[in-house]
Amino acid sequence: MSWALVLEQTLNGLQFGVMLFLMAAGLTLVFGIMNLVNLAHGSLYMVGAYLAAAFAHWSGSFVLGVALALPATLLVGIAVEVIALRTLYERDHLDQVLATFGLILFFNELISIVWGRAAIYTSVPTILGGHFRILPGVPYPTYRASIIVVGILVSVLLWGLVTRTRLGMRIRAGASNRTMVSALGVNVRLLYTLVFGLGAALAGLAGAMAGPIYAVQPGMGEAILIQVFVVIVIGGIGSIRGAMVGAIVVGMADTLGRAFLKPMLATIISPPAADKAGPALASMLIYLLMAAVLFFRPEGLFPARSRS
Amino acid sequence: MRTKALAALLGLLAALIALPAAADTVKIGFITTLSGPQGAIGEHMKNSVELALDHLARKLGGHDVEVIYGDDQVKPDVGKQLADEMLKKHKVHFVSGVIWSNVMLAVAPTVTGAGTFMIGTNAGPHELAGKMCHEMFFTTSWQNDQTPEAMGKYMQDQNITDVYAMAPNYAAGKDMIAGFKRYFKNKVVAEVFTPLGQQDYQTEISQLRAANPKAVFVFYPGGMGIQFLKQYAQAGLRGQIPLYSVYTVDEISLPAVKEAALGQFETRYWSPDLKNAANEKYVADYKKKYGKMPVFYGAQSYDGIMLIDSAIRAVKGDLTNKKGMIAAMRRAEYKSTRGPYSYNSNHFPIENFYLLKAVQMPDGEFAMQIQKTVFESHKDAYAAECPMKW
Repeated sequence: MSWALVLEQTLNGLQFGVMLFLMAAGLTLVFGIMNLVNLAHGSLYMVGAYLAAAFAHWSGSFVLGVALALPATLLVGIAVEVIALRTLYERDHLDQVLATFGLILFFNELISIVWGRAAIYTSVPTILGGHFRILPGVPYPTYRASIIVVGILVSVLLWGLVTRTRLGMRIRAGASNRTMVSALGVNVRLLYTLVFGLGAALAGLAGAMAGPIYAVQPGMGEAILIQVFVVIVIGGIGSIRGAMVGAIVVGMADTLGRAFLKPMLATIISPPAADKAGPALASMLIYLLMAAVLFFRPEGLFPARSRS
Repeated sequence: MRTKALAALLGLLAALIALPAAADTVKIGFITTLSGPQGAIGEHMKNSVELALDHLARKLGGHDVEVIYGDDQVKPDVGKQLADEMLKKHKVHFVSGVIWSNVMLAVAPTVTGAGTFMIGTNAGPHELAGKMCHEMFFTTSWQNDQTPEAMGKYMQDQNITDVYAMAPNYAAGKDMIAGFKRYFKNKVVAEVFTPLGQQDYQTEISQLRAANPKAVFVFYPGGMGIQFLKQYAQAGLRGQIPLYSVYTVDEISLPAVKEAALGQFETRYWSPDLKNAANEKYVADYKKKYGKMPVFYGAQSYDGIMLIDSAIRAVKGDLTNKKGMIAAMRRAEYKSTRGPYSYNSNHFPIENFYLLKAVQMPDGEFAMQIQKTVFESHKDAYAAECPMKW
């Protein structure tokens, strides 16, 4: 186990973490502020990936494709909120889970009808297609490095938006006490729509950037959604800071676990036993982590301040 | 009044008499996956069944034919329910299809146990080739281990050593590695099993690069393969460490991975460029009717219908003559898209396996092309465990 490999795997963990963060930020805001369990968040990720692929194909430029997919996913998000989800805020969580599960099926079928069931091709722009050396002898894919950069930029922007602007103040206030915010004359309905649209756009960005790495196909959103839920449970529901920390923790734990758990176990127990136990333990690691957080801090690591 | 009642009675009687005529329709229950990410495979299989019926002028051995399609959703319990419904409600004469080994293990015993034919057109779990073999079960595909065996043989013949093997962590993944190692005797530096349905392989690819093997062997079907190939190319390993695979690159995934698959080696029993009259007709008409390249899942399903047709013709349309149909199917007397083949004692094909390579065609499209024959008339490893003798 060389230090170069550890560095490379840490970068992999970071890249996975920022991807999870883009998804988790929207999900945690929607849950924290609107008290809505949105299982269809993964569908918005899928819609973002498809729209980016379609726009990139149409315009011939990947960057333009992503840039167009963002506002388009935002509009899709707003449409979903206005048409389907408005009626659900006062209902209990089970109704919301059922309705948003229905949305998953709806979006998967819609995508199949429009683009077909087979995965579609998305290419990376040639300048990002190769790999560069972070250290001598340690090549790293340029595209993944650019995901890390974009993810960190978006995190900073989001942090600025939430802590430094009036809209952000209302979002935070909404997460702490919804009733009081509306009593103070804030148009909560509009705030909800904006928050949902913002969450959709972030999920769309994650999907658009995932396109060139993963298979762009119906149902791609569900695979990542479970890990995103783990992130917001670890981070604390409704908290952007919690989502950030949770995403990095989950990204690192999952990546480093998969990479190094087996060789580390092999030094303690016999190699054949480590061969069996290592992968099993690595795939459970983030869930064990979640269970531990739930046991010691049921509210998550950084819970949003008291919600009544 | 009376004449009217009599007329009605006559009508009823006529309907009763007409019923046995309706039973002359051959009913086939076709189970595949039609929804979700894997629905693309089922679509190809359904298309190929319809194309086979077109080629047979919508008649099987002189009978009209009705196909009932069922969507198993990649779930064994759903597959079994579908089979029960097809047997009891629709009273089908044949059940066919089934992509997944775990679904097949639930469906096949249900169907054969009811005295109905099961004509598998993809999954080949080793249980059904060995101890659980059955005279009412035939498959037009292969036994799971055969394809990786061919790859193991080829890589052994090339005297490649220090191979890094990867597969998803489930029954078929283990079978594939086992089949590979049955013929590959050189050094395997690592066997890595990843969770089924994993999306990101960057971690494993970093580990792989650090291990610096001479070659990589993988089994990543469906979406997993697309992701793995893209990430392998992005990591700069394509062209650096040669990649060999089974069921990872096919005509469904090629349009999604394109350049990332170039130079990839696969083994398979069939390819669109296989030269024989039946295959050329199948491929050309499939492209004409559906506007895309067919894939092996489809070729097997097309063959399934042709096999059923040959059996019904052999018994001159007498669907009650099951012994006669078994005897006919054992002879495999039909124009298969793979060319002539025969059946082993366990009703699994004895067939050729080829080495394929992903290439770019002059028209810019990407395709799998046959390079050479690895195995001629290759038998599976489990036939000896099958108690059936004929």
